Amino acid sequence: MSSLVQSTIEKYGKDATRLMDIITDIKKELGVLGKGEFTEIADQLGLSSVEVEQTYSFYHFFSTDSRAKYNIYLNDSLVSEMMGRHEIAEAFEKSTGTKFGSISSDGLFSLHNTSCIGMNDQEPAAIINGTIFPRITTYRVRELIQQFRAGKEVEDMVNSFGGGKNQSDLIKSMVTNNLNRRGAVIFSNYEPATTLNKLKDLKPEQVIDEVKNSNLRGRGGAGFPTGLKWDFCTKSPGEVRYLLCNADEGEPGTFKDRVILTEIPHLLFEGMIVGGYAISAKEGILYLRMEYDYLKDYLNAILDDFRKAGWLGKNACGIEGFNYDIRIQMGAGAYVCGEESALIESSEGKRGEPRNRPPFPVQVGYLNKPTVVNNVETLCSVVKIIEKGADWYKAMGTKETAGTKLLSISGDVKYPGVFEIEWGMSIDEMLEMAGATNVKAVQVGGPSGRLIGQNEFHRTICYEDLPTGGAMIVIGEHRKILDVVKNFTDFFIEESCGSCAPCRYLTVILRNKLQKIIDGKGVTKDLDDLVMWGEQMKKANRCGLGQTAANPVLTSIENFRSEYETRIEKGKDFDTKFDLNKAIQNSSRYVGRFPQA
Amino acid sequence: MNDQVKFTIDGKQCTAEKNTNLVEAAKMNGIYIPTLCHLEGVKPAGSCRICNVKINGRFMTACTTLVVDGMVIESNTNEIQELRKIIIETLFVSGNHFCPACEKSGNCELQAMGYKYQMMVPRFPYEFEEKEVDAKTTKLYIDRNRCILCKRCVRSIKSKDGKSIFAIKGRGHKAVINIDHKLANQMTDEEAMHAMETCPVGSILRKERGYVDPIGSRKFDHKPIGSEIEETVTVK
Repeated sequence: MSSLVQSTIEKYGKDATRLMDIITDIKKELGVLGKGEFTEIADQLGLSSVEVEQTYSFYHFFSTDSRAKYNIYLNDSLVSEMMGRHEIAEAFEKSTGTKFGSISSDGLFSLHNTSCIGMNDQEPAAIINGTIFPRITTYRVRELIQQFRAGKEVEDMVNSFGGGKNQSDLIKSMVTNNLNRRGAVIFSNYEPATTLNKLKDLKPEQVIDEVKNSNLRGRGGAGFPTGLKWDFCTKSPGEVRYLLCNADEGEPGTFKDRVILTEIPHLLFEGMIVGGYAISAKEGILYLRMEYDYLKDYLNAILDDFRKAGWLGKNACGIEGFNYDIRIQMGAGAYVCGEESALIESSEGKRGEPRNRPPFPVQVGYLNKPTVVNNVETLCSVVKIIEKGADWYKAMGTKETAGTKLLSISGDVKYPGVFEIEWGMSIDEMLEMAGATNVKAVQVGGPSGRLIGQNEFHRTICYEDLPTGGAMIVIGEHRKILDVVKNFTDFFIEESCGSCAPCRYLTVILRNKLQKIIDGKGVTKDLDDLVMWGEQMKKANRCGLGQTAANPVLTSIENFRSEYETRIEKGKDFDTKFDLNKAIQNSSRYVGRFPQA
Repeated sequence: MNDQVKFTIDGKQCTAEKNTNLVEAAKMNGIYIPTLCHLEGVKPAGSCRICNVKINGRFMTACTTLVVDGMVIESNTNEIQELRKIIIETLFVSGNHFCPACEKSGNCELQAMGYKYQMMVPRFPYEFEEKEVDAKTTKLYIDRNRCILCKRCVRSIKSKDGKSIFAIKGRGHKAVINIDHKLANQMTDEEAMHAMETCPVGSILRKERGYVDPIGSRKFDHKPIGSEIEETVTVK
């Protein structure tokens, strides 16, 4: 038994539900885990070796080999591509002498692609040994690799700090926050603990009622009424309840939570305390995506301050019997864990596969106890609602969508960044606000949302018209829509958990069909097939990922059909470009027959 | 009994005990809702999606849905049949299923489903992805070419102390079934045989045992899958 495995397992109390943390810690030391470690961990936790490997192999940052001295994860989101990712990737390959997906022969560098890392406002960006390197140029690539070869540490290469709290001693990051517009709720004036001090004069039911009256809806995208969710949870049988905060923002194009977590984490933790008090939770858990690991020490330090101030711990906030603390649970690279039941599975040390419902998490959630999962922005809004009242909150926004919304705007805009707006703004206004001209399309709500064209720019951002979790990717006139769709479809293939057969494989079939059209070999029937097969995805799959994985294909064909039609042979329903000789090349070679080309 | 609930499937009046899952409840009423991942007595996974039905206009998997009084279920509609057929075809092209050479041919539920849904040839192109075969254990071998990731084995086949002998490795279309060599080597002959029978396709196979049932006496040689449940046999 290696002492590393032994001590790590003991650190987490030999608790199999902490398998994520156990693997994270061991992986940091070893760079890769193999059969030996799986067996050691399994024996200690009462699992089989394949059960440990089952969790390990699910997560991107676990399953990629990071044994090199410098492990480079380059974002491959659409906006990264739009901002010149291709040249950067080439430069990395050239200067390290290795290809993506492998380690250089000298063992110094490994190169990996990675799904959106929440830096769309400063692409191309990469994570190198946990440190974020935004706004990379080819010059910077050469400089980094030269200096690493000369023995420089990753921290030594952080040559400037981003704005705001990125400069704090515990972060020291080059990330800029691009907080371009403060609004009346999230980024309004904030005096820490104003709401916490009010809590002891309020009963949990009163807190829930106030949130219900505010008409606040979940900010992750689905828009479920927050107060109602809390109410359902408290009415589920059982004494022990949990509050989980979803800081796994993985929708390509979103980065608002990053800015909250950096600039006003106090507000978020306060929200987690208010929520925890409202549902009488035993514990709060912040599920933080691995991409934001650079914020972890900073966030933990703030939690310590909260404990010292008496806002967390025994009789928290001076409320007799309210024993409540918050811990941070790290993810390990899986978009699907943003789905609340997958997030719960992951927090329990398992593969992040969404659960079947019913039962819903409010009935059977974390450790099978009633659990509320709320978005970061939702919990921040709650604090201000309790401070200023439901009526104040409701007065903002539209009839059915109260309050404000953080938009993460990126792509072909002058001022990419976070904007807090009142619900009800039109897409036209939004584009004007962010300084975007000559816009062909806007991807509303990231890949799982809708790709809209100019004929829909008059529509307004709210639940009754264009609902969104806030990711807004602006696509300029000069871009090709099929490149957009291809990137998004690749993303869904990479991030599918693989549980439902249609999501696991129809996505691949759709991508191949799309590639055929991009290669100029498409016919009219291919378009019809894409639509028909894509429609099945909505019906067939369990979770939001699978149900929306065909949205890029479907909404782009709906709104940009001409971009497809210029690439296909019209009126044909069979392939005219099929090359028989090429297709039978291999078999011909084996049998010694040589077709004439 | 008080716990009986009334519901309809495609207009037919049905009754079942409250909180029975829909696949079982339909079965009790002589209606076959096809499934490849469900196993009686094991917590449903809802992973193959073939048991999709429409309840109050929404698609739900029957195996993960418990019947309640007054439920109106659509199962045998063109839309749902088409969806099921598409899923079956997806399963065929995502693996390498060469039925004539397979030990499970005639006893294979996927193959039987292909016949039932009259799949002539899948509408999707084959990918012929390379998949690994694992024959390292003494009694079993795993042919991943034929695996449909239904998770029956993952969910139901455990060691004496409750550990999973089978698990998933990887994710998305790269996910495969994985077998714990140490635990598999401790399986008895009966347990190994049971593992093979649990697998709906020819992915988990008992070593030194193949093609034992002659053509004509295999499970689905005479009647289509599900006909033992359905009151009226639709195919001769």
